[in-house]
Amino acid sequence: MSTTEEVTAEAEADAFDEAPVSTPDTPSYAVFIPNTDEGAQLLKPRSQTTARELMREVGSVLRMSEAEAAQLGELPEDPEEDQTMIINMGPQHPSTHGVLRLMLEMRGEEVLRCKPIIGYLHTGMEKTAESLTFMQGGTNVTRMDYLSPFNNELVFSMATEALLGVTDEIPERAVWIRMLMSELNRMSSHLLFMATNGMDLGAVSMMIYGWREREEVLRFFQEVTGLRMNHNYIRPGGVAADLPVGWRDGVLRLLDLIPPRLDEYDILMTGQPIWRERLQGVGVITPNEALALGATGPIVRSTGVPWDLRRDMPYLKYDEMEFDVIVGSYGDAFDRYAIRLAEIRESMKIVRQILEAMPEGNYRIQDKKVTPPPRARIDESMEALIHHFKIFTEGFKVPEGEVYVGIESPRGEVGCYIASDGSPNPYRMHMRDASFTNIQCLPHMMRGGLVADAVAVISSVDPVLGGVDR
Amino acid sequence: MDGAAEGTPKMHGCPVTQSHGQEVIHPTREQYLDVAKSLADEGYTMALDLCGVDYLQHMSRPLPYGIVPERFEVVVQLLDIGNRRRTRLRVQVPESDPVVASLFDLHPGIEAPERETYDMFGIEFDDHPDLTRILMPEDWDGHPLRKDFGLGSIPVQFKEVHA
Repeated sequence: MSTTEEVTAEAEADAFDEAPVSTPDTPSYAVFIPNTDEGAQLLKPRSQTTARELMREVGSVLRMSEAEAAQLGELPEDPEEDQTMIINMGPQHPSTHGVLRLMLEMRGEEVLRCKPIIGYLHTGMEKTAESLTFMQGGTNVTRMDYLSPFNNELVFSMATEALLGVTDEIPERAVWIRMLMSELNRMSSHLLFMATNGMDLGAVSMMIYGWREREEVLRFFQEVTGLRMNHNYIRPGGVAADLPVGWRDGVLRLLDLIPPRLDEYDILMTGQPIWRERLQGVGVITPNEALALGATGPIVRSTGVPWDLRRDMPYLKYDEMEFDVIVGSYGDAFDRYAIRLAEIRESMKIVRQILEAMPEGNYRIQDKKVTPPPRARIDESMEALIHHFKIFTEGFKVPEGEVYVGIESPRGEVGCYIASDGSPNPYRMHMRDASFTNIQCLPHMMRGGLVADAVAVISSVDPVLGGVDR
Repeated sequence: MDGAAEGTPKMHGCPVTQSHGQEVIHPTREQYLDVAKSLADEGYTMALDLCGVDYLQHMSRPLPYGIVPERFEVVVQLLDIGNRRRTRLRVQVPESDPVVASLFDLHPGIEAPERETYDMFGIEFDDHPDLTRILMPEDWDGHPLRKDFGLGSIPVQFKEVHA
């Protein structure tokens, strides 16, 4: 027997009292099992953690400083090791909305500690962005938080326009189209939340209804952009194409269709005792905690902090719109559900105002540096053809500088930081994704709860892993 | 250049510039934590985002007088909810010693972005409670968003075929 085999056999003997028989023909998979719960990113058992490390870890799990964690006084007591176990939830668990993996330290049904482990969907999109031009960048960012593609495109376009210095020259119609799409996107995203939240808590019919209504909104997106998701419709300088003939009817149809359905949701869920029992008082977070953890969107609003970038730092034409910022008062999962339901109604209010105010005019900026010439001109003019070719092969140059723009996506603040070195590609593009920061609240919301509540908590944070991992 | 030095506005002893109408503060590594603390007292209680930039191929970027350009920069976005304003910190981090103080004690929510910056750029954050890779696998070699990290490619079929 060679040395390697001896070592392997020893490892097996350590892992199990009886070493499994392993022959070359039938490899024992027990050899691999110890490897699945090792590694720096993972939650370590308490016996392998020194007191100081544990203190730090508790602090980090609560996302609090060590001093603050010590002040809590009520650190989770150190139970005997054999009373607790560390289990994996995900990354393939249906209630983790994609590939979120949670390591939970459990005592019976009670969650003592929790650590979200992410990165399973990481595809290096920020690196990819560096090799795409500003013109192509929209196709990349739209795939990040794939449930709010228009918001991603919008924030990327706004950052690019700020660098180009053309923010004030964007045609009125383009601005209003952007706002229309952004609000419809908020509706579709929240409708999907209704579906997944229902599914996670066992209201399976809600899942079907939520998807059904979202599909109606996506059908309108398809009429306008040609695609249901990943549109690349909002681009630096305006939008890709004008609204199609009959768009007004499409929007009006949605506005007629959805309100009665929302009333049905109220009957099905909001007033229902089981639904309330499952959500009220679950996953509570205080305003101070939410702000310290950098949470934005419905999470921070559920604690009663009326922070909505559309109202507080208006972009596009939101300062001319009349709508309410919905806030909760308890910071629990029910508040987050109710806020999203009410925000669909508020978005429809905004969409109605947009319908009345939509001006005629250009849908993209008439700056030759940024906008390719119209198709008809290419047939007539050699210069237009060259110009078209140059823009699509080389892209347009963006002046040196750096800028950060943040807007309110359905999940909170989505921000785009671009540093440009004067070339047609962003030198560095970073997206501040709302879900990435929001999932830091999970350990805090789950601590001391039941494992069944953990599902409700994940659902109420509404993370989109495409945005978390980018 | 002395005139330029006097002309640069200062805040907490750090030069302040405007970038497309946005306020940018340039603290040194030593000043960084103190400046963040003073700003938090002034109302910038939320740290929304922290990211790194590798300026390896763009060392000639414009910086205010007195700031020595280094290879890395750590960029922090701060938000003041009470007064509805934003500000940005840009900290120069040398390649030879890529270590910055962690903002964790001040803004616990910066924990994940700092881990991401460590993962992507290899910039270490002093006193961070759990400085491990967050997006890449833990046995990954190198830091992908560095400019000298090569882009990989996989062989594809029919690439050699020409008409």
